[in-house]
Amino acid sequence: MLIFICWLIAMAALFGSLFFSEVMGLKPCVLCWWQRIFIYPLAVLFLVGLFPQNHKEDRSVVRYTLPLAVIGLGFAIYHYLVYSGFIPESLQPCSEDLSCAEINLELIGFVTIPMLSIFAYSAIIMLLLIYRKRFYQ
Amino acid sequence: MKKNIIIVATAILFVVLFIVAATLYNNKKDKALSSATLEKIEHVQRDYSPTMGPPDAKVTIVEFFDPACGTCSAFYPFVKQLMKDNPGKVNLVLRYLPLHQNSDVIVSIFEAARLQNRFRLTLERAYQTRDAWIEHHVSRPEKFWLQLDGLGLDMNKLNEDMQSAEIARRVKQDMLDAKQLNVNKTPGFFVNGKPLVHFGYQQLQQLVESEIAANY
Repeated sequence: MLIFICWLIAMAALFGSLFFSEVMGLKPCVLCWWQRIFIYPLAVLFLVGLFPQNHKEDRSVVRYTLPLAVIGLGFAIYHYLVYSGFIPESLQPCSEDLSCAEINLELIGFVTIPMLSIFAYSAIIMLLLIYRKRFYQ
Repeated sequence: MKKNIIIVATAILFVVLFIVAATLYNNKKDKALSSATLEKIEHVQRDYSPTMGPPDAKVTIVEFFDPACGTCSAFYPFVKQLMKDNPGKVNLVLRYLPLHQNSDVIVSIFEAARLQNRFRLTLERAYQTRDAWIEHHVSRPEKFWLQLDGLGLDMNKLNEDMQSAEIARRVKQDMLDAKQLNVNKTPGFFVNGKPLVHFGYQQLQQLVESEIAANY
């Protein structure tokens, strides 16, 4: 069940980010791409985890998804700091035409894309830790 | 087994939701774009712009273009064909949106050539010789200059005219209008003031044909 929720979150992030870029035409900046790199495989890996071999539960799913989620969260937090101005733009690796600090979208007034990303990654990490605790203690 | 069904159903749900949301969003955007243009109709056409085709045609295509833009060059024969296929009914107004570096200089050469009644020839020469004067998406006016032989241009006069403030003012006005109209890519088309929302040959043809049907 927990892994299923993780998969839902990863799928929502996948389709959500594709909606922003492909439908709304917001070009993803470099940091967005890094976050995408770590969330897209999760949508596949959780699905694989949901269909274990020999119909037992695949407990090792935590081993191969948690590292991706943690690295992704790192990029998301970094992006959020750039967004909110804690890290100056000049110190981060965006190309000149596409600024990572420029706020493209604010849902319901304050929800930005890096915030959604942080939320997705931390929710996945928390669920994975709960899952891990259940089986390894 | 039940688990499999839930997972597959969820995956399908995601895809369906995405398609529905995308369709709704696009419809909303199309409507907003069309009505936004209606409010800003005075930005679509200016009387100083170069035109092609019959002046009394009831269907007018306005094209914002950049001479260094490959798609503009590819659309040019197509637009000409559209005018040919509907004789007397369609004309073309060309407006400048020089987005590539140095394209504003190329555009001022066009305008200066227009003063010598060589606008069309110069434009067509520019499209034909694109490879000779565009390097890595940057226009090289000095190289385009070398391509102008045989057009019957008075080169001294051309050189003088292209510096004129009036030409600079027109190009600036075109770019401001493009901004007002949300045209940020070239070519940007309007047919009788209606924006070409979905870009493509066929879409442009359909828009032109529907305007012909409405006006003739």
